[in-house]
Amino acid sequence: MHSRLNPANLVICEYCDAVYSRTPLKRREKAHCLQCGGELYRNAHVDIDVMLALTIASAILFVIANCYPIVELNMSGLSNRATLWDTLLFTLDSNVGVIAVFAAASAFFFPLIQILLFAYVLIPLRVGRKPRAFIGAMHALREMQPWSMVEVFMLGAVVSVIKLTAVAAVAPQIGLWGFATLTLLLTVLSSFDLHELWDQSEALDA
Amino acid sequence: MNSSSRARDLKLISCHACGLVLDNREELSHARCTRCDEHVYTRKPNSLTRSWAYLIAATILYIPANLLPIMLTTKMYNTLSSTIVSGVIDLWQDGAWDLAIIVFTASVVVPILKLGLMSFLLISTQRRSTWRQRERTKLYRIIEHIGHWSMLDVFVVALLITLVHFNKLALVQAGPGIVAFAAVVVLTMLSSMSFDPRLIWDTDEPKPHTPPDNGQTNG
Repeated sequence: MHSRLNPANLVICEYCDAVYSRTPLKRREKAHCLQCGGELYRNAHVDIDVMLALTIASAILFVIANCYPIVELNMSGLSNRATLWDTLLFTLDSNVGVIAVFAAASAFFFPLIQILLFAYVLIPLRVGRKPRAFIGAMHALREMQPWSMVEVFMLGAVVSVIKLTAVAAVAPQIGLWGFATLTLLLTVLSSFDLHELWDQSEALDA
Repeated sequence: MNSSSRARDLKLISCHACGLVLDNREELSHARCTRCDEHVYTRKPNSLTRSWAYLIAATILYIPANLLPIMLTTKMYNTLSSTIVSGVIDLWQDGAWDLAIIVFTASVVVPILKLGLMSFLLISTQRRSTWRQRERTKLYRIIEHIGHWSMLDVFVVALLITLVHFNKLALVQAGPGIVAFAAVVVLTMLSSMSFDPRLIWDTDEPKPHTPPDNGQTNG
């Protein structure tokens, strides 16, 4: 029979329920499940400085990406340019308004809230304190993750630009580069394992 | 390695939200995580039933999503309607084959793959199949990660209707197909989120942890 192990030293594969005892990993190492190949955990120390730097950079780029037009279109002397919000408001007024609600959530509100929550969680952790609403903020971050789609919007903007070059003069604007960079930053930021932030916050309680 | 050490047999639960491993020797049905206060379960509740429900709804909506136009393009009083598939064909014929492949992958291949592979995972899991469990678990992880890319066409339509509105000269309007298509993507995402991959490995269990798969519970 198994002797009772200390649960704090265990990790359970979320894909197949296999139980392992944790071993320390080197930097950039990942532990994978032997049974199903799923990722168990990464090197135990998330670098809060790096995450915070990425969060601040994302916040700046989020403002740039949203304040400047993404594309400008010229046709027979007329021109139209669109920011993300122009797109959302125009779509809301169209016959498919429900699409605008979805697009606003996945390309604007969820990424914005993610950036703000990361700042809310990371700044106190950086100075060795645990924010008051840590639990709620961490749950919100986890639940929003799959519905935040800046990268898909970004690819959609590129596809639109190329589609339009066939019929009109299209000029990509600062907003497009803003979104491209924001996509990169958010991809790196969300690749950090939130489980490790939980572990670090617990160390503060002790 | 010896595959005998499974969390459920050891009466351990890992919190899906924060990863903490909890001792569940009392086998509480409404346990909460001691660290993050989230409900914890040995398996996601009603996983297969919920996953099927979303998947069936997605499959039904997939039909109007492909038959109804997603975009109406007016050029010099001439209106053309395009569906998801005809949009890809137009791109290909315009010579933008690279773009055609990207849109074809995101809008056609990924949704069909998700509908097909989710059905396969659900059926094989219900039958407690021991066939290639490792590969099937990997398949699930892939489905989980590619699903949201299908929203590509939804963003493209939103951008095009905003940019191309030059009165009678050129006008792009959205068609109802795009709403059905967005619903398909959301529903397949919900379906894969509801599926519990640990059930793939629950092949030797005498009594099921989920209700009967026809969706009927004894009342």
